[in-house]
Amino acid sequence: MDISPVGFYLFAGVAIACSLLVVFKKSPVSSAFSLILVFAAFAGIYANLAAHLVAALQVLVYAGAIMVLFIFVIMLLSADEPSFDMGRSHPLVKALVGFFCVALFVMFVWALKKSDHGQVLVGPYSVAAVAASGGNSKVVSQLMFTRYILPFELTSILLLAGIVGAIALAKRNLGKEGK
Amino acid sequence: MNAELDTFDLIAMGLKIAVVVVMLLQVVPIMVWVERRGSALLQNRLGPNRIGPLGLFQSLVDAVKMMTKEDRATGHVNPFYYRLAPLVSLLPAFLTFAAIPFASHITMGDKTVQFQIADLNVGLLYILSVTSLSVYGIIMGSWASNNKYSMLGGLRSTAQMISYELSMGLAIIGIVMIFGSIQMGDIATAQGATLIQLGPIAIPKWGVFLQPLGFIIFLICTYAETNRLPFDLPEGESEIVAGYHLEYYSMMFGMFMMAEYINMTVASAFVTTLYFGGWQLLPGMTFLLTHSGLEGMNFEWARVALEAISFVLKVAFFMWLFVWVRWTIPRFRYDQVMHLGWKVLLPLSLLNILITGFLIYLKVL
Repeated sequence: MDISPVGFYLFAGVAIACSLLVVFKKSPVSSAFSLILVFAAFAGIYANLAAHLVAALQVLVYAGAIMVLFIFVIMLLSADEPSFDMGRSHPLVKALVGFFCVALFVMFVWALKKSDHGQVLVGPYSVAAVAASGGNSKVVSQLMFTRYILPFELTSILLLAGIVGAIALAKRNLGKEGK
Repeated sequence: MNAELDTFDLIAMGLKIAVVVVMLLQVVPIMVWVERRGSALLQNRLGPNRIGPLGLFQSLVDAVKMMTKEDRATGHVNPFYYRLAPLVSLLPAFLTFAAIPFASHITMGDKTVQFQIADLNVGLLYILSVTSLSVYGIIMGSWASNNKYSMLGGLRSTAQMISYELSMGLAIIGIVMIFGSIQMGDIATAQGATLIQLGPIAIPKWGVFLQPLGFIIFLICTYAETNRLPFDLPEGESEIVAGYHLEYYSMMFGMFMMAEYINMTVASAFVTTLYFGGWQLLPGMTFLLTHSGLEGMNFEWARVALEAISFVLKVAFFMWLFVWVRWTIPRFRYDQVMHLGWKVLLPLSLLNILITGFLIYLKVL
């Protein structure tokens, strides 16, 4: 796949410069703003590679959604807040958690092994070849909802578990303050 | 891809971009006037009526006032981000319009010109992703102002925009399921088909007839996304003074205001394209075309002109709706906004997807 050198050096330069700013800026909020530019530059590189779907998702998910939450959290919490101490949990709970973690991991490996066979679109992945098979979004979504449906659904379960965990953590602290 | 572009394409592209940018910039003073006169109409008073006919030049005078005001940052702000924030909020508003078609296409010799800046393969996702960036202008401005009320406004707006983006995206999925494309041009074209023929009247296949519930959810979400009443909590004059732009004056405030009105325009254009057929002709215009002898290949300009007029009229209606709603419905309380977003609109939009899926499965749609 071709990429124009001008575009690549422009976006790569922006990405590197902003990554350095992320590390060297003193204020965490400024770092976070620089990180958004890094993601935007990545999206630019993807768009240059004619991977428009990945570029759009990069902006939508990383720059648009995740970074907003990052900044939200940074602004609300002071940086020297100690990490959550959850205390000791029952050994049975620990065993169950360990079991489910291993089970989920095994399921992931199994699902990926089972679904990964052959290629849908045979290379070279030129712009014309991708366009002929219906464009980026069509190819990716077809793969996601047919061949990779199991890993896809497992990922959503993992995310759901993350959400439930986050809410449980937040509610737990609220309860303590209430007492 | 770049090799296919020649001078003609470049000129056409440049003209399209120029027209869209100039139109978007001109929308702001006109909408400010419409808003002030509209609010006066709804509140039974006169509104600005001294400068120019019907007070039309009031916005012009206001713009001169804003530009000539002293432009300085107060001592306690973060100067870099303080000055950057209005620009950051203005930029996504302009970028979004690139993927919205404002007429179909015209053939000139062997060339076809699309009346859309970029008919991206991922048009819908592009619009969603760029609008998701518009929250940064507000966050940045509220944070850099270093003011409690500004900060509260910024946090409110973030929470509100994240909550409603979700229902908005899910509401659009119904449209994507029906038209089977996320390319804005395809969606607009597909809405030209006839849904039901009732005698002489043909009901077009517009999104609003296929997705009434989705349309209502989407419309409510656009109001929240553009921070317009009844969702103007980030500003909330009576609660947090002016929210995120409290510390702004002169043209920097003006840019926040421009961003708000351009966002309104883009949201109206987005609603039009998804649910009201985009550039599809308004009822009666096809009749006008066939009976005025302006049909066929030689008169494509007439068709395109009428399409552009239809699009503008539809967008203008939704812009007026924004003003109408603003001066009719009182502001929500913060918890009511969150309740509506998460407990009403989100389940409803999921239900909408389920119903649409069933109807497609049963081959009704």
